[in-house]
Amino acid sequence: MARTPEGPPPPPAVQRLRLRYAKRGRLRFSSHRDFQRAFERALRRADVPMAYSAGFSPHPKVSYANAAATGVASEAEYVEIAVARRCDPELVRAALDASLPPGLDVIEVVEAGPGSLVDRLEASVYEIRLSGVDLSTARAAVIAFLEQPEVMVERMTKNGLRSFDARAAVVALRATPEEAGLSVESVDPAPCAILRLVVRHTMPAVRPDDVLVALRRVADLAPPVPPSVTRLAQGPLDTATDDVADPLVPDRP
Amino acid sequence: MAVESVFPRLEALLPLVQKPIQYVGGELNARTKDWDACDVRWALMYPDAYEVGLPNQGVQILYEVLNEQAGVLAERTYSVWPDLEALMREHGVPQFTVDGHRPVSAFDVLGVSFSTELGYTNLLTALDLAGIPLEARDRTDEHPIVLVGGHAAFNPEPISDFVDAAIVGDGEQAVLLTSQLIRAWKNEGRPGGREGLLLSLAKTGGVYVPAFYDVDYLPDGRIQRVAPNRPGVPWRVSKHTVMDLDEWPYPKTPLVPLAETVHERMSVEIFRGCTRGCRFCQAGMITRPVRERSITGIAAMVEQGLAATGFEEVGLLSLSSADHSEIAEVAKGLADRYEGTNTGLSLPSTRVDAFNIDLANELSRNGRRSGLTFAPEGGSERIRKVINKMVTEQDLINTVTAAYGAGWRQVKLYFMCGLPTETDEDVLQIAQLAREVIRTGRKVTGTRDIRCTVSIGGFVPKPHTPFQWAAQLDHESTDARLAKLRDAIRGDREVGKSIGFRYHDGRPGIVEGLLSRGDRRIGKVIRAVWANGGRFDGWSEHFSFDRWMAAAEVGLAGTGVDVDWYTTREREYAEVLPWDHIDSGLDKDWLWEDWQDSVGGGEVEDCRWTPCYDCGVCPQLDTEIQIGPTGVTMLPLTVVSSPVLAR
Repeated sequence: MARTPEGPPPPPAVQRLRLRYAKRGRLRFSSHRDFQRAFERALRRADVPMAYSAGFSPHPKVSYANAAATGVASEAEYVEIAVARRCDPELVRAALDASLPPGLDVIEVVEAGPGSLVDRLEASVYEIRLSGVDLSTARAAVIAFLEQPEVMVERMTKNGLRSFDARAAVVALRATPEEAGLSVESVDPAPCAILRLVVRHTMPAVRPDDVLVALRRVADLAPPVPPSVTRLAQGPLDTATDDVADPLVPDRP
Repeated sequence: MAVESVFPRLEALLPLVQKPIQYVGGELNARTKDWDACDVRWALMYPDAYEVGLPNQGVQILYEVLNEQAGVLAERTYSVWPDLEALMREHGVPQFTVDGHRPVSAFDVLGVSFSTELGYTNLLTALDLAGIPLEARDRTDEHPIVLVGGHAAFNPEPISDFVDAAIVGDGEQAVLLTSQLIRAWKNEGRPGGREGLLLSLAKTGGVYVPAFYDVDYLPDGRIQRVAPNRPGVPWRVSKHTVMDLDEWPYPKTPLVPLAETVHERMSVEIFRGCTRGCRFCQAGMITRPVRERSITGIAAMVEQGLAATGFEEVGLLSLSSADHSEIAEVAKGLADRYEGTNTGLSLPSTRVDAFNIDLANELSRNGRRSGLTFAPEGGSERIRKVINKMVTEQDLINTVTAAYGAGWRQVKLYFMCGLPTETDEDVLQIAQLAREVIRTGRKVTGTRDIRCTVSIGGFVPKPHTPFQWAAQLDHESTDARLAKLRDAIRGDREVGKSIGFRYHDGRPGIVEGLLSRGDRRIGKVIRAVWANGGRFDGWSEHFSFDRWMAAAEVGLAGTGVDVDWYTTREREYAEVLPWDHIDSGLDKDWLWEDWQDSVGGGEVEDCRWTPCYDCGVCPQLDTEIQIGPTGVTMLPLTVVSSPVLAR
């Protein structure tokens, strides 16, 4: 006497949309699960005609890719949704952006073309701000790190303490001064070095904090305050330039 | 004078703590008003972790009611976990609000809502982190008024050292009146300073200021009398009652957190109060009379709330939701309106009758039917008469037959252990009941794939109930009785594997009992527990029974009374109870007669449907029962299907 839902099955997906969003300011402290809940509620408030899975507990069809860690800000997070009626991507973008809290900002929505989005997300670019660390110290640490063929670090994962190499996945690492004009350095004399990290997506993932642990291991780099980290981009890795391309290019009309 | 945000300093600590999102605020529907444009400023606290405190309806209601007023501002603050507490102490970051991240000490009032006594130590942590002196007598004009409310405030005596004032009953109108008095006092140049303000609050008759009362004790430790020590301060302080719920449709725009919380749904309170007369139930006694929200009022709140939040589930809340006079129409109307929208509806009702199953079926028309919960509360027919829970074993079997027959697969049963006059035999009958439930379920469904969960906790006698005089069962006996029940259930080879057994050990109940029925002498105990590291006592991983007992040993030394005196001792009619001067509207003689009747197995009907039995609330508070039916029906909603998004 098993029950099944009455009525017709839910309407099928007729269109897939790919979203790029940013996680900014204090909302960088939201976890991936926090974002999922906020996003699915925003879809309901914005009245996006989502496609749902069948069964007694229908779920909206949303695929999340490669979320940045809790505490890491991001300009380049990606999500794919399926809708049951065709929508204008720009209208969806505006409605969702208005519906999400400030700090979770929808930057772009495109209709999905062929191919998997996740497969295009080969690497990430991160900016790591090291307040209280002067440029020469940061540069020395970067050089020491890049000289190593391998730097083992440990991190607590779901499956317990794991030991892995934080060096091989790093495609590029550079220390630069804070951009002139952006900050008021004459007023604030505290030094601040910026690291620009390009890292390949591997298993297990090498994250910015793993690289920071590695820098501490090879060069005793110990920032006096927790560094602030922002993911600037994700996408296909261009091995010629060691840079990351825009993953939505193939989808754009 | 501008008050600076502590966020920049807090932000540096957040990468180092668990679940930092709970401290950043910015929830959907949160508001931060201009500090300088307001002259009455409230910090509202729920003294538990954010995940428990954020969904609290009381705080959300007052937050919205206050912020709607011109010139009045309210921000929220919650207990911080020990990891952040340690960092805040190390870096000198004070207790802050999550809205504006302003220091709590900068507000005019710190309003704290106590649902449970086990939050008392968390109040002390917040005061200390805020830089507010722990004891009210050490505070100056510079410090906020510490004002408490909530169900636990119906006996504020154990925390009277730490609070400036307590308000009992419904807060909606009380906070507005308080705001007016604060504004008047400020505009007049703060006459009389802090004490002047407290005196103006006390003179309303609805605000209890512990410092304005003296307590004398008899040589044997009992209270001799509690008397006001200032002219104009009333002998008894009365509770506040909002009469027309439709005039107070709050929260209109519920808060939607980013962080995960204990209730991931929107709640609409469908009525307040309960007159079922369960003798153990403090909530049912202190929230009388029953006041219903109308069917149209409920429909409007659900519609507006869903649009404002995007929640996927709506809970229809009250003390016994199936008792709303138009609940069938409400359930059908909402199920019709939201059919096909993937919006879940839930009715947390635990009534044991077939009507309840019809309601649950209606609300889960096209959803999963996993579990239903019923609360017979007592294992034997005799003990159910003692507590005035008029449910027979046949009622329960009929109800679960209907539930399993309608496709529900799991039935949860709630019970209490340690009720007055209870014996081992009363509790062991729970095993018998559970067996009958499983047998019935297997017969009705023709499958063994059904379950029954028995959930049981120790009974704690509460103030303002007929059991306020009762002896609490000591924790050793509670644990022994629960162990016997567990063995009886597990040892049943026929059905044992289909019955889940969940129970709470008796020791936290003793501390809750000490705090529930304690008097002013308990303040020293609370302070000692806190000083020894007591935090989050409602969480089993933080609770330490030994810490409480050691603190009681020290704190009560020289008083002639001890923990047993407060908990396992039965009181006599003539004893002055610590909360006698807090007027919940209930007539003490009626409570006593009901207590006497209970031991003799006498029953009381629900006065919504039978004549008044003179509990005292309506004449005492000049209130009356407010129930339907209104006869109005819910019209179908015109579903607006986002044409803007369509191409």
